[in-house]
Amino acid sequence: MTTILKPTPRVTTEVLTTPERPKAPRGRTISRFSAGRAVAWLYIAIVLVVTVFPFYWMLRTAFSNNYSLIRDPGSLLPVDFTWGAFARVLGIASQEQSLAEGGSGASIEILHFLLNSVIYATIQTVAIVFFSTIAAYAFARLRWRGRDLMFSVFLAALMVPGILTLLPNFVLVKDLGLLNTFAGMILPTALFSAFNIFFLRQFMLGLSEEIEEAALIDGAGRIRVLFRITLPMTSGPIITLSILGFITAWNDYFWPLLVTSDDSVRPLTLALAVFKQSSPQASPDWAGLMAATLVAALPMLLLFLVFGKRIVNSIGFTGLK
Amino acid sequence: MAITASRGTRAAKSTRVKGQGAINSHSPAHRGDGRLAWVLIAPALVGFLVFFLYPTLRGIYLSFTDFKVLTPPTFTGFDNFVRLFGDQVFWSSLGVTVYFVLLSVVFGMTISLVTAVVLHRLTSNTVVRGIIILPFLISGVVAATTWSWMLDSQLGVVNMLIEQLTGEPIMFLGSRAWAIPSIAMISVWKSMGYNAIIIFAGLQTIPPTIYEAGRIDGANEVQMFRRLTLPLLRPILAMVLVLTVIGSFQVFDIVAVTTKGGPANASNVLQMYIYDKAFGQFDFGYGATMSLALFAMLIIITFLQMRLMRASESDTN
Repeated sequence: MTTILKPTPRVTTEVLTTPERPKAPRGRTISRFSAGRAVAWLYIAIVLVVTVFPFYWMLRTAFSNNYSLIRDPGSLLPVDFTWGAFARVLGIASQEQSLAEGGSGASIEILHFLLNSVIYATIQTVAIVFFSTIAAYAFARLRWRGRDLMFSVFLAALMVPGILTLLPNFVLVKDLGLLNTFAGMILPTALFSAFNIFFLRQFMLGLSEEIEEAALIDGAGRIRVLFRITLPMTSGPIITLSILGFITAWNDYFWPLLVTSDDSVRPLTLALAVFKQSSPQASPDWAGLMAATLVAALPMLLLFLVFGKRIVNSIGFTGLK
Repeated sequence: MAITASRGTRAAKSTRVKGQGAINSHSPAHRGDGRLAWVLIAPALVGFLVFFLYPTLRGIYLSFTDFKVLTPPTFTGFDNFVRLFGDQVFWSSLGVTVYFVLLSVVFGMTISLVTAVVLHRLTSNTVVRGIIILPFLISGVVAATTWSWMLDSQLGVVNMLIEQLTGEPIMFLGSRAWAIPSIAMISVWKSMGYNAIIIFAGLQTIPPTIYEAGRIDGANEVQMFRRLTLPLLRPILAMVLVLTVIGSFQVFDIVAVTTKGGPANASNVLQMYIYDKAFGQFDFGYGATMSLALFAMLIIITFLQMRLMRASESDTN
């Protein structure tokens, strides 16, 4: 941070002495500038279209009749508008109805997997943020032997990419008999997050200690101070980490793939991938697939509608740390 | 944030000067801190020891063993590493992975940077930034499924357009030449907004007076970008670069959904190959060896990138 804020004087002098400078009189600078602005806006427009178009295409395909898609693949509107694809993935369409609208016979019990994802992502997020918060408090406010050493050891964990622990963690979860359980999916990432602890500790160090000290002198216990004073004051970063953690857990694919082998606890991302793979190569049920992806993306899109600004700021905020 | 830093150092200094035992007994506010601290960090510590440190050490040990999951591992020394050097598929997937990383980094970084800078100059409207973040919110599986539909060689909308222009569809995910570029494109589409937002946040910390000074001096937009923005943005760019490289090296879900490594290993990235060895052929020992090799490469690359970035940083100061 400080390196960014610190102005570098030599850079400015270099600009000062740039020889091309006098060539552009004021008036021309402005007109060229606005031409530049037009190009810039055009660029942004293209970026926005490329970003949003796949979401529209999901919607357009999900409301199409899968048979009719072949007839008019380029149509910008749904082809033979129908709710059939959603009925198929929700499991409320009969076999005949499915086949009549070009369903492949492959199905997905989407509500069941949706529930699994909600359980997995919610418990994981609540646990990791809670355990990180209380650990961060111990590092930020309490004085104890070995604190700085322990903190450095935790920080070192930030450097290690996940790849090294994935296979051994699978073996561990298997030895513990936790394959195909929520516990097996959640536990390895529910207790310890070096980034969360670091992030929250930094924030707590920036909080004024005076209120806490006053409460302690008034006879409140440490635990009470932690939950009644420090925790509410840290709610901003706690919400930030919860949102980002929930997005990550909701979208996680690799770890659930390793530790689950049947449908009982599988999250939606995994079920969707299976649904895609079980779709016949020759004529896939694209309408059904897009309806399923839409349902899988819907909770994230809702989260975005409610917390959009907060998510944008959170990402920028975490990047600066 | 500067306040945070100074507080942190002050707190650290005071503990170091007085010594911790003395503080515990003399300051009533910190009596009993030690016991409480261990209670509070207990869950994190258990998580660290059981699901991080132990698996890391075990992973290193397993890479020196023949381990088929169902029977206990047998120590085989450097056999797995010797095998690694002679494994054609490993080297080809390393090549495929590096190709993917290069494409993702070059296109991803360029587009993210340009988008962030252009947005910063045009508008601080959160709606626009919100929209470009959308692909980051959905899973790799959702993104990959949607794009494999759009890139479909018969009915995909992208190929509809291409056929109109050139008369011939492109086998995006089904051809050896296009598989990795297509996957890289999906990956860039998914992560571009996220990176752009981080860079944008970095741009907001640059005081506007610097640009005003530059403009008064008659510098044009390009000059200001090269002489002011880039040097001041370097720490943020270094971080985004490291994150992109580490993330790209471990790409899996998009590949698993679109090509499963095919056609004929053309998109068989390292993570895919490791997964295949460990869970397809139950060769866990060898899987662990490849994980260790990938890990070592990531550490070296991260270290080099940090060095490079810091070296050029001191250049401008």
